[in-house]
Amino acid sequence: MDVLSYFNYWVVVVLMMLGFFIVIARANLVKKLIGLNIFQTSVFILYISTGKVAGGAAPILTEGVTLYSNPLPHVLILTAIVVGIATTSVGLALVIRIHAAYGSVNQNDILQQDQQC
Amino acid sequence: MELLVNSVLLMLLVATAGALVVVRGLLASTMLTSVYGLLSASFFVTMDAVDVAFTEAAVGAGVSPLLLLLTVAAIGRGEPRAAGALPILAIVLVTITGALLIIGTLDMPPFGSADAPAHTHVAPRYLQLSGEEIGIPNVVTSVLASYRAFDTLGEVLVIFTAGVAVLLILATPGQRGSARPRYTPGSHSEPHTILQVVSKILIPFILLFALYVQFHGEYGPGGGFQAGVIFASGIILYGLLYGLPTVCRVVRPAVVETLAAVGVLLYGTTGLLAMLDGRPFLDYSVFAANPVLGQHIGILLVELGVGITVASVITVIYYAFANQFEMAEG
Repeated sequence: MDVLSYFNYWVVVVLMMLGFFIVIARANLVKKLIGLNIFQTSVFILYISTGKVAGGAAPILTEGVTLYSNPLPHVLILTAIVVGIATTSVGLALVIRIHAAYGSVNQNDILQQDQQC
Repeated sequence: MELLVNSVLLMLLVATAGALVVVRGLLASTMLTSVYGLLSASFFVTMDAVDVAFTEAAVGAGVSPLLLLLTVAAIGRGEPRAAGALPILAIVLVTITGALLIIGTLDMPPFGSADAPAHTHVAPRYLQLSGEEIGIPNVVTSVLASYRAFDTLGEVLVIFTAGVAVLLILATPGQRGSARPRYTPGSHSEPHTILQVVSKILIPFILLFALYVQFHGEYGPGGGFQAGVIFASGIILYGLLYGLPTVCRVVRPAVVETLAAVGVLLYGTTGLLAMLDGRPFLDYSVFAANPVLGQHIGILLVELGVGITVASVITVIYYAFANQFEMAEG
């Protein structure tokens, strides 16, 4: 088994877990969103790695080139990136409103205030 | 060589993500996010995904850290807290999940193999026939705007909805829309003279480049999504250096908010025109007798709709966040 042939997938798993760790272990809401972003990018890397063909060219038809990388993952991911920033900004907007209402973006402070009510 | 670059970039990505786990300050985290975006864009280039790299470079390294910065500026950096007890439960959970996933990857086809299941289904058809059927060299654009145009319509709708959601969440009583600042001449307190001069030279080229990416997307890497983000970043650069009231005088929020809807409408109407003629939704053969020419016109219209919506939504989101920041300031 060639180690390098799975290296990309393992990096995807490591990145995904680092993002996941930030989401569950950090109390700051902005930090959680950054963690979610890393998680999301790891999925992008998985898709793009799957689409790569060794020795292939970028999927723009050129004379004399016969082997191209798979264009389908590229389409899925390039739209996902722009959708991702749009949804992240919804999350950030919610963070701003939570800060206005609670005076904090720390999950523990917010839960404490909720329990006191 | 390619494999070496690939491995180095991936290791740098892991290092940046690791730094993001360790670092507590929000400002440092934001900067690391920008580095992370730039690295992943470079990685996408080595994977032949030039269109994706284009998008990620504009979004991941530019717009996304900027929105984070504006959020951090609006809510205040806060005191970085001392590290609490080690979250043992989280570490155990992450390790177990990661180990299971790594076992799962062993069933994946080896990286780069040409006969992997992902390359044997519909992709060969796109690569072999799109030159004939659609007549444009960039297969990614063919798939995005023609073969899977219905998907793309859904994605544009999601982006539009997200823009509306940001407006609704950040709306304050007595204020409609993203930002309605009052302009007073010379209100900008701290002029950044060098940056302002340089940006004045740069912004026309950024906007021109966005238009090039928009209309050249059929032949090279590019298209509506990339062009929209680049166009918006030109406007945002102006806003950052001259202040929100000035940029709102140049690019009026009410106009941008309307344009966000116009883009989606243009896309949807392009599809409906085919239905009026009794053909399926988004069938471009309605535009010309020659099917390849019809595809050209259809893709042009659809990409224009995408570009207008993406540029407007990103600008509107920037306005809404910058408005929060200005309110926090004054």
